[in-house]
Amino acid sequence: MTARHLWIVMRAIVLREALRFVHQRERFVAALVRPLVWLLVFAAGFRAALGLSITPPYQTYITYETYIVPGLCGMILLFNGMQSSLSLVYDREMGSMRLLLTAPVPRWWLLFCKLLGSTIISILQVYAFLLIAWVFDITLPGWGYLAALPALVLAGLMLGALGLALSSFIKQLENFAGVMNFVIFPMFFLSSALYPLWKMAESSELLHDICAANPFTHAVELIRFALYLDFNAMALLWTALATLAFMALALWGYDPARGMMTRKR
Amino acid sequence: MALSVSGLSYAYGYKQALTDVGFDVATGQFAALLGPNGAGKSTLFALLTRLFATQAGTAVIAGHDVNAAPLNALAQLGVVFQQSTLDLDLTVQQNLRYFAALHGLSGQDVDARISAALGRLDMAERANEKVRGLNGGHRRRTEIARALLHEPKVLLLDEPTVGLDAPTRAALVEYVHGLCSEMGVTVLWTTHLTDEVWDDDQVILLHRGRVLADGRCGELRGMRPLAEYFAEMTERPA
Repeated sequence: MTARHLWIVMRAIVLREALRFVHQRERFVAALVRPLVWLLVFAAGFRAALGLSITPPYQTYITYETYIVPGLCGMILLFNGMQSSLSLVYDREMGSMRLLLTAPVPRWWLLFCKLLGSTIISILQVYAFLLIAWVFDITLPGWGYLAALPALVLAGLMLGALGLALSSFIKQLENFAGVMNFVIFPMFFLSSALYPLWKMAESSELLHDICAANPFTHAVELIRFALYLDFNAMALLWTALATLAFMALALWGYDPARGMMTRKR
Repeated sequence: MALSVSGLSYAYGYKQALTDVGFDVATGQFAALLGPNGAGKSTLFALLTRLFATQAGTAVIAGHDVNAAPLNALAQLGVVFQQSTLDLDLTVQQNLRYFAALHGLSGQDVDARISAALGRLDMAERANEKVRGLNGGHRRRTEIARALLHEPKVLLLDEPTVGLDAPTRAALVEYVHGLCSEMGVTVLWTTHLTDEVWDDDQVILLHRGRVLADGRCGELRGMRPLAEYFAEMTERPA
């Protein structure tokens, strides 16, 4: 196993993800429409109802639209992570996962490349979303767009790894609706994506604590701070730890000794 | 021996799928792994390709133990799965390039290999067609061309003729036999169709997770058709 071989494998897997994405233009549109509806419809309606005070990383009063932009970036990553999990389950049922896993390459590398490929695709969508938001005059500090990139990569890897781990435990495609209900929605709504945590604490301490423990909250905060050229060490720590934990879970899930690959009886 | 299996057992929980399976296949030999549905063929296949880790026993591919040195063993292995594993929205060429990359092959060498492999299977003119537009026979040929790209010493095929019409099936059986005699590839071909097996082939008869018989087809069947021998062996009370 040479470094060159690992590199060739990575390039091929990422390229395949990209080609696949190009072939599914509807997926791209759907991935953009969802956060845009939130931004342009939901946020506009909520703007009046919700008063936001000045909390870091913000230095002035901000509109609600501006507040939820980082959360919606997180939403794109979250949905994409789950989408790639769905396509992994599909791959497994269709057999192409077998082709991948019988390649003479360490399994952890194959899974990591897969994860990297889907993360890159997600990040492209995040930037497309930020561009449209900018067109609608919801702007961020210029360098923030660049500074957010590492945060988006880490958050994307974390959510992709979660999807990967879930895909190894979901036995059939049909069970996927459960993932929507029990993973995506709670993760999104019990986070700081739509409302600041202090606001949550006003209504319920318990909900606040749940939100504060949710790794998605930290991913969103990491992105939020980075977009405003600020740094949140706590969020970074949490997101990194969660990424490692989900990756470990995914590796365990795909361990050949567990024999889950073709369990069909 | 190009392929050597001994004492292989595997259980899904309490359900025993394979019990003490052992056989050897010599270099350049066509071996048919014959067995009715549920005999354990797919489990054996998953163990040889390391989709499952072995629980007991060993499998050695071209000198490499599948468990101890999985990457070396997999590098010597070409696999055609029962289910198609092609990417339907990519062209034949793109599918083959992707596979070549997984085996660490890239650059001009790969394109030469791809055209050679497709040429051998009369698929050269379809290189730029999307797989979705190909019929079952052409898809299978693409998969065989793909499995041979890295010049494996051992080729495993899991019921590769399922869903193909009779002439296509016959042509495929003949082509793969040719790989053994002309290129020295060792083939393990799982099937439950006896007409795919020739008299000089090795037959490994698998039934209820055990090897019932292992020998040259012509010798095993004697004067009877193989189908009759197969039925007799597998319908006997256990």
